[in-house]
Amino acid sequence: MKRGLDGPEPEERPTPAGRRNKQGIRIDPEVEATHEPRRTVISALVEHEPGVLSDVSGLFSRRQFNIESLTVGPTEDEDRARITIVVEEPDPGIDQVEKQLRKLVAVISVRELEPDAMRRELALIKVNAERPDQVAAVADMYDGKTVDSSPETATIEVTGARQKIEAAIDTFSQFGVREISRTGTTALARGTDQTAASSTAQSADEANHERHHSQVADDD
Amino acid sequence: MSERAAKVPPAEEEQDDDQITDSAAPDAATEDAAETESEGPEPVTSGAESVVRALENAGVEYAFGVQGGAIMPVYDALYDSDIRHVTMAHEQGAAHAADAYGIVSGEPGVCLATSGPGATNLVTGIADADMDSDPMVALTGQVPTEFVGNDAFQETDTTGVTTPITKDNTFASDSDTVGSDVSEAFALAGEGRPGPTLVDLPKDITKGETDREPDAPKVPDTYEVQERADPEIVDAAAERIENAARPVLMLGGGVIKGEASEACREFAIEHEIPVITTMPGLGSFPEDHELSLEMAGMHGTGYANMAITHCDTLIGIGTRFDDRLTGGIETFAPDAEVIHVDIDPAEISKNIHADYPLVGDAETVVEQLSEAVDTSPEAKKWRAQCQQWKSDYSMAYDAPEDEPVQPEFVVEALDEATSDRAIVTTGVGQHQMWACQYWTYTEPRTWVSSHGLGAMGYGLPSAIGARLAADDDQEVICVDGDGSFLMTLQGLSVAVRENLDITVAVLNNEYIGMVRQWQDAFFDGRHSASDYDWMPEFDKLAEAFGARGFRIDDYDEVADTIEEAVAYDGPSVIDVHIDPDANVYPMVPSGGDNGQFALAEDQL
Ligand SMILES: Cc1ncc(C[n+]2csc(CCOP(=O)(O)OP(=O)(O)O)c2C)c(N)n1
Repeated sequence: MKRGLDGPEPEERPTPAGRRNKQGIRIDPEVEATHEPRRTVISALVEHEPGVLSDVSGLFSRRQFNIESLTVGPTEDEDRARITIVVEEPDPGIDQVEKQLRKLVAVISVRELEPDAMRRELALIKVNAERPDQVAAVADMYDGKTVDSSPETATIEVTGARQKIEAAIDTFSQFGVREISRTGTTALARGTDQTAASSTAQSADEANHERHHSQVADDD
Repeated sequence: MSERAAKVPPAEEEQDDDQITDSAAPDAATEDAAETESEGPEPVTSGAESVVRALENAGVEYAFGVQGGAIMPVYDALYDSDIRHVTMAHEQGAAHAADAYGIVSGEPGVCLATSGPGATNLVTGIADADMDSDPMVALTGQVPTEFVGNDAFQETDTTGVTTPITKDNTFASDSDTVGSDVSEAFALAGEGRPGPTLVDLPKDITKGETDREPDAPKVPDTYEVQERADPEIVDAAAERIENAARPVLMLGGGVIKGEASEACREFAIEHEIPVITTMPGLGSFPEDHELSLEMAGMHGTGYANMAITHCDTLIGIGTRFDDRLTGGIETFAPDAEVIHVDIDPAEISKNIHADYPLVGDAETVVEQLSEAVDTSPEAKKWRAQCQQWKSDYSMAYDAPEDEPVQPEFVVEALDEATSDRAIVTTGVGQHQMWACQYWTYTEPRTWVSSHGLGAMGYGLPSAIGARLAADDDQEVICVDGDGSFLMTLQGLSVAVRENLDITVAVLNNEYIGMVRQWQDAFFDGRHSASDYDWMPEFDKLAEAFGARGFRIDDYDEVADTIEEAVAYDGPSVIDVHIDPDANVYPMVPSGGDNGQFALAEDQL
């Protein structure tokens, strides 16, 4: 019994020459054109209400965005909190992070920060203190502050860009690091530039105009 | 879309925030308002009454649900309301019915459930509404606030469970504001890109005393929708259309939800642009029109898939470029510059890069485009090519009289026996695809199906919701599969109780056929768990429920039986014994190239 429909078979049909890449962008098949991931900081101003943080973090996990850190804290306005997210994604992915965030009703505004934004992280580093002088010297080197000390341990607080923290941890490791706690990056735009405007008006418009900061943020 | 949310309570203008008005309104703006005012709605006294008042204010006529401990205060308040509550046999049915009500009426459908199992039973229906952007409001009972978090009897973290599948959800925390929470949920469900919203209602909050009337339905200030697209991009897109040699208009579900079907029809016809639809877009353009290439995608027509693959300009409106539509991204419309119209900025360049992103309301943007396009594209050759493909890859099936009944024939017979405005609902599987392919859709809001989620069991409950939203002269036909029907057929008891004029045609192949088809194609014909040869006799089952039951085994019974079932004024079920080996073609294997659709199994 014959099954199926009539018509030229797949091989007999013309196929177009064009191709798209994984991100759905038309490419020249001869030239490989994939977007490399880059790291950037996204700042979101949100309503300070229960559940916002879980809405945001749930969004990231279910959409498989590549998050490096996420911090949240109150702002000058007690009804609003700021969420700072460091993501590593190709450009189209970063666009999606911003757009998906804007869809959450509790999100007021979202912005990718310029590479020159101020980015800071705080770390508490607990090290063995058999050589207290040397520990103090290293702490000094990184503008660290000893916040706790016991005969066996010293805990140093270091703040700065991610790279500085990593360098500090690296140097402290010679003493033997017992524990580390880090906050993840928080950030503000420089000067009079607003980190995240308090209005949503620009958001849909931004989707119309593709903006691209393709510069990779280098931590200061 | 703002008109929908604009249904304000009659007395709203006279109400102060914290003052109940029973005073006459001397400056009542409309007669309606004056009338209601003179009757004077009783002031609310509890959170639950405020919840119900919020629904009334929003113009809700029907609500679908199941009673239970934590939601009882709300039901008690419904007792005195004019809202017609339809008790369902299962909460999944309540959610699907509310969803379908929303699709057909354009107003958010409402469903209610108790805490815990009631709420979790709604989940499939909420997820379905979310995937298909259907406006819906779910109200769930919750254990009293003091027990929340203690694993109390019938406690589930409902807002937690439903966060990923709702447009927005709220845990009500105050009897004074619970009514406003519901008003807001209602407004949000219908505004912008529609979707399901949920309000979780702890029992102490709904039982709690309050004299606060709910605020009018209004979306929060943080929610802004852009109606008009950027004029510069509109101009650029218009120029692209004018210069197109192979243009295609692709209409998605957003066209129907945005009430843009009329504008799209005019645009396509004026500029003679061939039209394809996505599955949710069925009905947005008349399939009997010459320009229509019908549906594209995995089981779309060969001609639609050829057109989408070879076009140079793709104007996608209200579509999210689902993978069942696009097939493999690499080979999707590879020569086309894409103009994408969508009200949700996040849909732009999510799956397919938009060369001309147009964020805005579908109807408004199509009107903007209409104004901007001065000359029609010169696409005569292209149109001729599309017509050629229509005849090369025509949709046909073999139906000799001596073979078992072919499902395509049944779908066509149902279409013939009903009006153009008849509403089709389906389960999920092969029957759903035949219902897409062999029914000729000509009107928006006549196709009700589970697209994005693909939820078996959707057919019957959605027919119930559709029936209550439809006009009396619109027939409601549920084309179901035996497996799908079995999942929610307890809804027949509801259809019988409410005497709903619904015709269910079960395309019974004693298989979960779509699975069997894939097993034959991709798993060496090993029918693991897809044989359903223990199916009940659906006609007798229908009779047991108090519905009319019919059975079809042969071709010569098809027309008469369908006529009788459609004519019957009440729920009827036709158990149609179809060819168990019938398969759906054409088919683009998942992730495949749309232009390489198979016409028969040996081409897969
Ligand atoms: C709730 C649910 N479970 C499982 C599936 C997977 N599934 C997709 S199609 C299908 C077969 C449907 O069978 P039936 O309803 O009899 O329709 P037919 O394909 O035979 O027309 C199944 C099991 C699904 N879509 N939904």
